[in-house]
Amino acid sequence: MPLTLLIFVPLLGAAAVLLQSEERSVWISAFIFSLIPLGWSLYLLAVFDPHASGYQFVEHFPWIPQFGISYHLGIDGISLFLILLTTILISLSLLYSGGGDIESRPREFCFLMLLLESALLGTFLALDLFLFYVFWEAMLVPMYFLIGIWGHGRKIYATFKFVLFTMLGSLLMLIAIIYVARAARGSLGYVTFDLPELYKIRLSATEARWLFAGFAIAFAIKVPLWPLHTWLPDAHTEAPTAGSVLLAGVMLKAGAYGFIRFAIPLFPAVAVEAIPVFMALGVIGIIYGALVAMVQPDLKRLIAYSSVSHLGFVTLGIFAFDTQGLEGAIYQMLNHGVSTGALFLLVGMLYLRRHTREIIEFGGLWSSVPIYASVFMVMMLSSIGLPGLNGFVGEFLILLGTYFSRKVAVYGAVTGLILGALYMMWAYERVMWGPLTKAANVTIADLDKREIAVMLPLVGLVLFMGLYPRPLLNRMQPSIDALLVRVKDAQAEVQREQVVASSGFLPESAGATVTADVRGSK
Amino acid sequence: MELGNLASLQAFYPELLLTAATLVIVLIDLLTSDKSWLGEVALISTSGALLLIGVGPLDGGAWLFRRMLVYDSFSIFFRALIALAALVAVWMSIGSQEVRRCEQGEYYSILLASALGMLLMTESANLLMAYLSLEFVSLTSYVLTGILRHNRRSQEAALKYLIYGGVASGTMIYGMSWIFGMAGSLDFMAINRALFATSHIPVLAVFIALVLILSGLGYKVASVPFHMWAPDVYEGAPIPITTFLAVGSKAAGFALMTRFFYPAISHLGPDGNWQPLNQVAWPQLLLVVCIITMTLGNLAALQQQNMKRMLAYSSIAQAGYALMGFVLLSNDGLIAMLVYLFAYYVMDAGAFLVVMIVANLTGSEDISAYRGLAWRRGGALLAISLTIFLLSLTGIPATIGFIGKFYVFAAAIRERFYILAVIGILNSVVSLYYYMRPVKAMFLEQPVDSVSAVTVEYWNYGLMGVLALATIFLGLYPPPIISFASNSLRFFISSS
Repeated sequence: MPLTLLIFVPLLGAAAVLLQSEERSVWISAFIFSLIPLGWSLYLLAVFDPHASGYQFVEHFPWIPQFGISYHLGIDGISLFLILLTTILISLSLLYSGGGDIESRPREFCFLMLLLESALLGTFLALDLFLFYVFWEAMLVPMYFLIGIWGHGRKIYATFKFVLFTMLGSLLMLIAIIYVARAARGSLGYVTFDLPELYKIRLSATEARWLFAGFAIAFAIKVPLWPLHTWLPDAHTEAPTAGSVLLAGVMLKAGAYGFIRFAIPLFPAVAVEAIPVFMALGVIGIIYGALVAMVQPDLKRLIAYSSVSHLGFVTLGIFAFDTQGLEGAIYQMLNHGVSTGALFLLVGMLYLRRHTREIIEFGGLWSSVPIYASVFMVMMLSSIGLPGLNGFVGEFLILLGTYFSRKVAVYGAVTGLILGALYMMWAYERVMWGPLTKAANVTIADLDKREIAVMLPLVGLVLFMGLYPRPLLNRMQPSIDALLVRVKDAQAEVQREQVVASSGFLPESAGATVTADVRGSK
Repeated sequence: MELGNLASLQAFYPELLLTAATLVIVLIDLLTSDKSWLGEVALISTSGALLLIGVGPLDGGAWLFRRMLVYDSFSIFFRALIALAALVAVWMSIGSQEVRRCEQGEYYSILLASALGMLLMTESANLLMAYLSLEFVSLTSYVLTGILRHNRRSQEAALKYLIYGGVASGTMIYGMSWIFGMAGSLDFMAINRALFATSHIPVLAVFIALVLILSGLGYKVASVPFHMWAPDVYEGAPIPITTFLAVGSKAAGFALMTRFFYPAISHLGPDGNWQPLNQVAWPQLLLVVCIITMTLGNLAALQQQNMKRMLAYSSIAQAGYALMGFVLLSNDGLIAMLVYLFAYYVMDAGAFLVVMIVANLTGSEDISAYRGLAWRRGGALLAISLTIFLLSLTGIPATIGFIGKFYVFAAAIRERFYILAVIGILNSVVSLYYYMRPVKAMFLEQPVDSVSAVTVEYWNYGLMGVLALATIFLGLYPPPIISFASNSLRFFISSS
């Protein structure tokens, strides 16, 4: 039961944390309990078979047999690295938060963090739509409290907005999930929520379109795609540092992952039809996010908007529907998790020292906190996509993949890249360079040991992923190719049907399919 | 199988036990001066009634008392649900400070009598019996609502309840007389035979009769437009009684409504779908009622400041969700309704229990009294439990409320009621807003009074723990309750 362990160790840790009364022992036990899944996921990475395209370490038990619901977990090359990202970021956030960022109620904080870890891992592991939905919704509850209790400023407004937006999307998805499972009765003869089984069902074009929309809205809110992004700046800005790290680093990825794992393979034909829409939204997101980020006076809000821009790239890569594009998209998801997570941590560290995040309040920090400024520079350059750092690999692959299919989108995306470099460097210049004008900035302390320990693994990842992406890409490729085969098949079938329809003649086999569809939808 | 009067008693033990207990409590009340243990007597008798519910000659079912009552799997489900509701109400009454101040003997004997009436409602197979049991429940409920004699709100609530109830049941019995006029019988099966026998039934007359009957039943389940009494009554009555009315009375209403609208005036097809009487548009009417009920309940709950009132409106909305299962005309939908009602019982009773505990502590039922509850010493468990119940009422996964909603939506989608499912979903989003308000107050706001510790009696903690664990456990592992509900959907309708 390697995967169940991954989900339940954090839950166990959450219970263990509740039993602690001393603040120090709370942090230590929470950190240790977050290290266990981290170590375990590294072990899974080591034993993961890089050549297999299917799910590995599969666990499959009946859960609610009356509905055809099972407890079905598995990992493939797509989810493997997202799981690693989750376990790494949770451990680092806990390590960081213990250093003074969370002053009140550490026990409850750690409890919720571990609960969140369990839900996030479950979301990436679930291969049953019902199980997936349970984890997907369960993420909301700890995040609601994390933002609402330990957040800043208009935290209650932000957390309500976040939950309401996400709920609306996911409930519509619930209807689509139920419909798909019911439709299985027509094709398979029984109701099932099992994802691999549901890949086999046939749906009419209209059905598939509606269902795709149901899934896509939920995922698009989570990603978030423009214009459904409005919850993001509020939630990311007001959340405590650890909350922002997990929101940006992991939770947004759940949306993109949803597209790759559920929406696209379940309804490949519709996904192909929808390419222009998503390409357009992606490009708008890239440029809009960059433009809005540019004018933000608040450093944290700036980074929040940069997420909208980066996730636009991810969308572009996904809907390029070729190996490079999808690899780039997943790679970019990981990059964004690492570098934006790190940037949020850095802003949090600055806030701890100065109790402000206004860019105007800073300037010339390079001379007073050199280590801080250099780490910030690495992350900033990674976020911009400097060759040699991780961001470059992802963005390059996405642009490469998209260039073959949609040249227009690439022009937009490249414009966004330039804007991205512009706002990031401009912000960096205003904060780090120039003369030290504010007296308060002269005396602030540089990174302490704990903070260096938090940042070091992230810097290491940025360099490693930038210089040697092969081991990651190799493991992703078989799963991505399997997905692409599905999409291409569907595309070919749609074209064939169009040809048949335009010739005004239905061969016998196609006619049979149509009637089967009608029966299936009953 | 048709049992005579004496033979019927073997399937009637819970009712007999409750009758005896009612009388015994009255007697004890007259004879002794120390009345503090009457609650325990009531508790023992309701638990006894619960245990006796499965006892009976169950092979398919039986007619009892010359076809006045029917004993079948369906009635067993609802009798169990009502006995559970009575058990919770009695348990809460023992731990309630409000109830300790009123006359113990009257209180418990009437409470048990009311439970008896609800049991009879679920078993009625005859319009006369249906009316009598419904009226029995109503009369006892009026008294229970107004039992806080020195509380003006309680008195006002009882009076409102009485007036609405009188009008509704009067309307209902008028409708019943129409049915009697057309079918020539009060027996559900005889009505069925008479109405389905002729090809040209007076469609309009039957429809009018059904609308009139619905007014009485709709009033019991608190569906629009007969919901007006609920907020005032729920607010004014002592909290254990509010709970009993919210879960027990509603369940009894649904039981009677199902038995009348399904086996009595519809035919079961071979595929598990029900055929309503030709051209009589009651399913369409109820569909509209269902949509308005959930929407109105949720919208009205948005601005409530008092927890009991908020939960009252929420329970109107919850009745709307249960009605979604009712209007689908399929066995699947009815099973979904049963699961939903069971889920509703667990989570709503839990929420009211926490409201009662907080009212015991602070004397207030306003949301402002919950401020910072989670951070007061000893308040964390209360806050966490209430959060679990409210998340369950919203329908967040890993709770029983999610299973209920999921099943109802799944049934609606299966019967191709997509719009209905979407409306239900949108309603859930709206409800999230108000269910989260107490949660926000408890966790995200600072305590008004952080000095004093919160102390809760173990008695109340015990029940709260059981309900909270049941909410989570059945949310994670629902097969037991689903199979219980699907096995219960067997009406005894043989006419021999």
